[in-house]
Amino acid sequence: MADTKVRDAVRIDPNREPIVVVDDLHIIYRVFGAGGKGNAASAFSRILRRESRPSMTEVHAIKGLSFVVYRGEAVGIIGTNGSGKSTLLKAIAGLLPPHSGGVYTDGQPSLLGVNAALMKDLTGERNIVLGCLAMGMSPQETRAKYKEIVDFAGLKEGFIQYPMRTYSSGMGARLRFAIAAAKTHDVLLIDEALATGDAKFKVKSKRRIEELRREAGAVFLVAHQLDVVKETCDRVIWIDEGRMHMDGEPNEVIAAYTAATGK
Amino acid sequence: MSHPERLGSLGGESVGTIAEPPHVNDTLAAYAARYGLKQSAARPTLRKYIQDVWARRNFIWAFASAKNISMYTESRLGQLWQLLTPILNVAVYFLIFGVLLSGRGAIPDYLPFLVTGVFMFGFTQRSITSGSKSVGTNLSLIRALHFPRATLPLAIAVVELQQLLLSLVVLLAIVVCFGEPFTLNMLLFVPVLMLQLMFNIGASLVVARIGAFNRDITQLLPFIMRTWLYLSGVIFSLPSLMKPGSKLSHHPWAAELLKANPGYVYVELSRNALLGKYRHHVQGLNLEATSQMWLYGVAWAVIALVGGFLYFYRAEERYGRG
Repeated sequence: MADTKVRDAVRIDPNREPIVVVDDLHIIYRVFGAGGKGNAASAFSRILRRESRPSMTEVHAIKGLSFVVYRGEAVGIIGTNGSGKSTLLKAIAGLLPPHSGGVYTDGQPSLLGVNAALMKDLTGERNIVLGCLAMGMSPQETRAKYKEIVDFAGLKEGFIQYPMRTYSSGMGARLRFAIAAAKTHDVLLIDEALATGDAKFKVKSKRRIEELRREAGAVFLVAHQLDVVKETCDRVIWIDEGRMHMDGEPNEVIAAYTAATGK
Repeated sequence: MSHPERLGSLGGESVGTIAEPPHVNDTLAAYAARYGLKQSAARPTLRKYIQDVWARRNFIWAFASAKNISMYTESRLGQLWQLLTPILNVAVYFLIFGVLLSGRGAIPDYLPFLVTGVFMFGFTQRSITSGSKSVGTNLSLIRALHFPRATLPLAIAVVELQQLLLSLVVLLAIVVCFGEPFTLNMLLFVPVLMLQLMFNIGASLVVARIGAFNRDITQLLPFIMRTWLYLSGVIFSLPSLMKPGSKLSHHPWAAELLKANPGYVYVELSRNALLGKYRHHVQGLNLEATSQMWLYGVAWAVIALVGGFLYFYRAEERYGRG
């Protein structure tokens, strides 16, 4: 296996400034599933027996990941479904508590996920304003950025006045990305959010990611389309079953990944 | 290329690797600390948090307005429901308690008495019920963007304030229709409203935290609120129940407890401010000191706001997880 190269230790480059340090991270989360008989009597007997919740299973999603990401890097994270990519991003964003180990970041990471609809009953217009204000912009800054966001999202004429629930998944993802990208983030985490965009939008978002990197931040990208990762990222981490499998040059890692998964 | 310095931190618990010594992890953590990196899941200091919330004041207002607008978009009458809902509420209570059970005997001008009670108590009641859902219904927003979560229950309290201000138009119209003269005393209603708003914000922060981690509370709250409504003298006058010779007068501690109840305090203070005839009626009973009620009102507002904010803040890093 090609993993011996990285599995042994984390290399630290003393000449570069780190922005994200992941230190032997373990994530275990609980899933409360649809279990039990699901009627009142079984719920009552469960409480009497002092069981906590029906069919609670623990998932050990991340099993000891360690790596360092430096300023100005765009890191692609690849792996098969269920390998822990999204969980890792949530942990870096501070949305999932580490079971052990830790994630250290400079500034506040922002996660941009595919399901991160803002407020679906409100118009795109209001979502832009609220999103900007929530990110801490002043009303003046919001007004100044508004046009830029609308242009970037490239919505069809008039759609900005419709509630977001009427948007197609591609349109919603574009608007969300445009809002989140309007602000300079120290660490931007993108989870499949670009997957639904069309070719034109991909070019635009690639350019924006470049800009964010130049503004001394770091970008993480989870994507199943390997060509997107290859074009956008300058480093790729391959995760398998919650463990580090390979970490290095995009071409090298993607070639190994393609060979292993038999694509 | 520089020689990378090596810090041994293992990539996992895979078979055949020796368990790493604990100090190895310290080095990676120390390396992070040397560059001023912070745990991403950490909660900011209280001072920083308050500054953050203050910096989001525009967000709170915009969010509240947006909620108010989207609330009735699916109904044909739209925003008219903001006025119709309080009017219908009053009509139902008046039909039952004013006409069928004729509870109005003792109280002069029962309708303004009832309307004030229903609106002012409803203000607190709705702030608490929607506050308990404020984290749960905005999970997508919480998971998408970083902002101080206390802004959500705060926005809910502002939504309810905006709704109340519309209901107050109905209330003032009724008060005027019943021939209540405009007096300086009515100005006291403004500080009452401010105190009640402070109390509502505090209470909704508390239930927001409880509701975020324990959804059972949203099933339970309607029952608690209904009990509280009856205990707060919204549809009948508590002072009248405390008359000498009544059941409550034999249990003075129970009467004192009822008088300290914040629901009762704010409703009664509003009535005192707005309804001259009712004020004279209650003063005639000589049962409650207005100064004591003001004291309770201020105390509840401060305790709820400060305590609620601290309570909500202490779980800040855990909202939206799982």
